Amino acid sequence: MHPIEILTRFWPQLLDGALMTLKLTFLGALLAGLVAPMFALIRVGARPAAQLPLRIYISFMRGTPLLAQLFLVFYGSGQFRPQLEAIGLWGFFRDPFNCALLVFAVNSTAYQTEILRGGIQGVNPGEIEAARAIGMSRWQVLRRVVFPHAYRIAWPALGNEIILLMKASAIASVVTVFDIMGRTRQIFSKTFDFSVYLWAAVLYLCITAIFIWLWRLAEARLSRHIGARERGVGNVQGGLQT
Amino acid sequence: MMKTTLLSVLAAGALAIGLAAPANAEKLVIGTEGAYPPFNFVQTDGTIAGFDVDIGLALCKQIGAECTVVAQDWDGIIPGLLAKKYDMIIASMFITEERKKQVDFSAPYYKAAMTHVVPKDSAITEFTPEALKGKVIGAQSGTTQAEYIQATYPDADIRLYPTQDEVNLDLASGRIDLQGGDMLPMLDWTTKSADGACCKLAGEPITDPKFVGEGVGIAVRKEDGDLRERLNKALDEIRANGTYKTINDKYFPIDVYTMK
Repeated sequence: MHPIEILTRFWPQLLDGALMTLKLTFLGALLAGLVAPMFALIRVGARPAAQLPLRIYISFMRGTPLLAQLFLVFYGSGQFRPQLEAIGLWGFFRDPFNCALLVFAVNSTAYQTEILRGGIQGVNPGEIEAARAIGMSRWQVLRRVVFPHAYRIAWPALGNEIILLMKASAIASVVTVFDIMGRTRQIFSKTFDFSVYLWAAVLYLCITAIFIWLWRLAEARLSRHIGARERGVGNVQGGLQT
Repeated sequence: MMKTTLLSVLAAGALAIGLAAPANAEKLVIGTEGAYPPFNFVQTDGTIAGFDVDIGLALCKQIGAECTVVAQDWDGIIPGLLAKKYDMIIASMFITEERKKQVDFSAPYYKAAMTHVVPKDSAITEFTPEALKGKVIGAQSGTTQAEYIQATYPDADIRLYPTQDEVNLDLASGRIDLQGGDMLPMLDWTTKSADGACCKLAGEPITDPKFVGEGVGIAVRKEDGDLRERLNKALDEIRANGTYKTINDKYFPIDVYTMK
């Protein structure tokens, strides 16, 4: 079959898959983004003993393949159905999308925590001191000085993490979630035509390109208080790469 | 010194010519899936065994070829054949019109039917599009049963898995309400394995030739018509000399060639 014919025949399925990929990636990244700042503060400030559970969690998440984590949660939860039913959680774990979302969020939280920790530690101590000196409360210092600055430092790395998560979301197809990869494999098993993988790659590329563009706009906005001359210096800390 | 080198070169050359000569065994590679007991599965020592493999090796012996068996994921099994990673697929592959566009098939080496499988305590007794509306149905992707449930139950929630083992796992855990599977592996799974004890076959066997085709055949590349003819002849021979029956009886209580 001609590659164009594959596209004209199967584009609704591929588009459907793209929406699923976007939903999975951005919900996962968002959930992780809500938890990571709190974890990052613990990693920066808490006593070593209090950090221990968090450090074990982070090493586990960063040290094992996402695929293994997904299998563990998806097929593992199936083995504990009676127990999960007893506490009313089976309804959640029964759905493959929920399992995948949970794994992605928990995995990304670990990475985002470490990225933000680096960002927070990169904030100039003098700025925090100055904020204290003019009488800001602890919470005000965090909200007005530490986090805005930490996010600006961590922004390119956070973008990379989300792109990696988006590409990793292709493995959700092995637990029957119909994302881009799931749809692609379904179409391939019908047509045995490799060009559908090409279209899948193009789709991923488009999503990534649009995401990078949006992320750069946000980066510019986060850095708007810095003059053009200094911004050049700030960017030395790392541009967004795929 | 020079002499021995020359001699060994000559010897090696002779060996190479000898291997290419028809007197020596022709070398063929069989592609199978390795995740479809009892037809093809990977044993604890890593080798691949099963009904498909035994039949394949018996046919090889009959045509005088030396065969090795390799495992290949189902979704890529036909592209793998076309890419010459192996010379034939013996992996319980139903002969269908869609597949015939890509490959040629031998005569069927066993007949096949599909079935529904449900948990033993399931309330599902009817298998109509209306009765299964909204139910979660599982199947292995790229198979005839996946085609069948997608075509027959458009309003059901259909989940497609990479291997049959994973469909079985999720039926046992209750994540799916029922599955469509091949009759014989499902019979084997529900009666012989521990986790399959959860479930039972249900409804009438599915024998619609639109989906199960003429039976299960060996797939070869379209240009290998000669190999296909020799396999067909060998199949008749092992049917006649009792080899087929010996292999059949090792795995099944019924003759799967006729399904009687």
